[in-house]
Amino acid sequence: MDALTAARAQMTLSLAFHMVFAAVGIGLPLLIVIVEGLYLRTNESHYLALAKKWAKATGLLFAVGAVSGTALSFELGLLWPRYMEITGAVVGHVFALEGYAFFIEAIFIGLYLYGWEKLSPRVHWWCGVVIALSGAASGILVLAVNAWMQLPVGFEFDGMGQLVVTDPVAIFKRYGWFVMSLHSTLACYVAVAFAVAGVYATAWLRGRRDDYTRSAIRVALAVGAVTALLQPISGDLLAKFVFQTQPAKFAAMEGQFRTQTYAPLRVGGWPDEEAAETKWAIEIPGGLSFLAAHDVSAEVPGLDRVERADRPNVELTHGAFQLMVGLGMLLMIVSIWFWVRHWRLRREPATSLDSPWLLRALVLCGPMGFIALEAGWIVTEVGRQPWVINGVMRTEEAVTSAQGVEQVFYGFAVLYLLLAGTVIFLLRRLAGSGADAGDVVAPQEMSAHGEVRA
Amino acid sequence: MNEALLVYVAAAVALAGLILYVVLGGADFGGGVLDLFARGPRKHEQRDAIANAMGPVWEANHVWLIFVLVVLFTCFPRGYRALSVALFLPFHLALVGIMLRGAAFVFRGYSRAGGRHASLWSVVFGIASVISPFLLGAAFAALTGGNIRVGLEGDLQVHLGKDEPWLTRYAMGCGMLAVSACTYLAAVYLTGETDGELREIFRRRAIFAGTTTAILAAEVLFLAHQQAKWFADQLLNRNSAPVIITGLAFFAASAWAVFTRRYRLSRLFAATEIALLLIGWGLAHQPYLIYPDLTLFDAAGPPQTIRFLLWSLPVGAAMLIPSLVLLFRVFKSQPAAP
Repeated sequence: MDALTAARAQMTLSLAFHMVFAAVGIGLPLLIVIVEGLYLRTNESHYLALAKKWAKATGLLFAVGAVSGTALSFELGLLWPRYMEITGAVVGHVFALEGYAFFIEAIFIGLYLYGWEKLSPRVHWWCGVVIALSGAASGILVLAVNAWMQLPVGFEFDGMGQLVVTDPVAIFKRYGWFVMSLHSTLACYVAVAFAVAGVYATAWLRGRRDDYTRSAIRVALAVGAVTALLQPISGDLLAKFVFQTQPAKFAAMEGQFRTQTYAPLRVGGWPDEEAAETKWAIEIPGGLSFLAAHDVSAEVPGLDRVERADRPNVELTHGAFQLMVGLGMLLMIVSIWFWVRHWRLRREPATSLDSPWLLRALVLCGPMGFIALEAGWIVTEVGRQPWVINGVMRTEEAVTSAQGVEQVFYGFAVLYLLLAGTVIFLLRRLAGSGADAGDVVAPQEMSAHGEVRA
Repeated sequence: MNEALLVYVAAAVALAGLILYVVLGGADFGGGVLDLFARGPRKHEQRDAIANAMGPVWEANHVWLIFVLVVLFTCFPRGYRALSVALFLPFHLALVGIMLRGAAFVFRGYSRAGGRHASLWSVVFGIASVISPFLLGAAFAALTGGNIRVGLEGDLQVHLGKDEPWLTRYAMGCGMLAVSACTYLAAVYLTGETDGELREIFRRRAIFAGTTTAILAAEVLFLAHQQAKWFADQLLNRNSAPVIITGLAFFAASAWAVFTRRYRLSRLFAATEIALLLIGWGLAHQPYLIYPDLTLFDAAGPPQTIRFLLWSLPVGAAMLIPSLVLLFRVFKSQPAAP
């Protein structure tokens, strides 16, 4: 494996891993704030039990997210030193703003997790609100840097090849930042909401049919439905923006090899780069032109406008895009199914949870939000290739000249496997312990050698 | 603000972040070291006290490291690039330590009471708490040792001198000093958060770690004289020497306070000592970021970005300082029950 391949593999692994925890850090606090708020209003103990259970899960997942995020801030420089030299110089200050948000989140996580007994219920709830807001803020600010990598702005190279920053605020004025961060923040809520619903739908199917489980599913699907319904709108805005600003990525996403008017929308299919066509797709005539430009006759530039060497991997970009859209549709349909059934049965003793098929669908959807999130990220980043900073620096130019990249990659692959395996094991244990007395124990009462004190 | 001043202010901000990371986050590493070496009939109580002290704050303390990194790559992007290439391996190894330390700490807390997993993660936590500050200390010494050569003609060139910069005896000494100083800080802080027999145990640990730190500091000065002579000389210059000497005096004062059981004072003195010694280091090291080729000015990025970052600091501080005060008041105002 050459250094470039190893560095890309390590970066892929690190980001794919961290993203799950980052999404949890954005999505789960919102659910916790809702159930703790419901507890404060209704005083029903199962809401408190849910808040404590989810807070425990957050404690575990946020810590792993914090260390894997630290890994990324090192790795950006260690693997891509030339990239980080430019990125730091031009938009490093955005990372500083993100740092403040993350700092706030870390402080209030400590207060929230360990403060059940030390803070008043109201202050404790507000700490949760701060976590939910700062978590979203730090994600949105990181997305500003990602949007900048897609469409770099605010600097130029002078006659001597020296980097000159022309406008450090330009990055914040970009519409691309707005649509990208909207789409990805919603994706975090969708992913977490459906994962939670999936966990509790499993519990319901196994016979845990009580207020605790029912409330968990309802709260998760309330957030899940709202965000899953908004997501296609934000996706449409983002796709239009990509069409206008990154035509090569747009063509790869849609498997559009030839520049054409009345371009069809392709559902599924597999791009064949040799034959320069996307095979076996269901084509909706004029659909892509309409989606891209609100005009069925609009011209959509194909990959034929791009040099071979400047094209992203079309198979991966198109495949991941189809997967993301398909899963997004699935989640939206299932959440509509749940709430329509819920509404129709509102005067009956039966509830929407009496349908085993709906419950099975929820179980199936459990991991799908996260898979869609990862797929969407692949579309954004693979679709940007071969550039690390679009039009400014190629990925191969950015890679480190240090020795031993391959060996370090193998070591980190083992480390991430170990962390992932342990997190899954501990989460299963946490889920298996149910809403019993264990939930009333705050983490600080758990001693280092694991005994629970009275 | 003229550009020279801008660069110095940015460097001071990075140094301030580093001081906070060592004073706060360093003590969490030290807690892990004390956990690893917890012995005797009160072994479990020691571990509980350490876990209780770290639990609510370690993640916030850890963010100071990220703060330093961000200031470094924003204000000194060329320096960050050069260090990333030159210290590719030790930074990655330190990263493994940092990740395992944090992960093992929570994994242990979530594992079954006294089970095999809990004791396994306990060991991982302890060992990772030793290797992380050791490697960060050694990497820090590499800035000074003269073995990272940087060519500024055209595109930035990074070469290593005849020794791996983080494997010299001077760097190893700095690594050991870092571990020892973190342990001393942790033991001193823990005397303030415990009472009775447990407090006496941590007091003895503080005395042992303090003695070790003093010996290692003397050794590092000796090794600097051999392997980084310029730096040893710089430490004695007009700017640096008074600060270093005051720092050493605070070290002695904190030891005196530990001996005489003045626990609040010992905590204050020990933290001040670290701050002063690091300021002294900074005064001796400037204008270099990486001796002998890369000064802070060579490493600095565009002034507009630095200016933005510096102007954002009061805004960040306005949000962070009240939050941090709340965190520490809620969890650190009275001795935690052991």
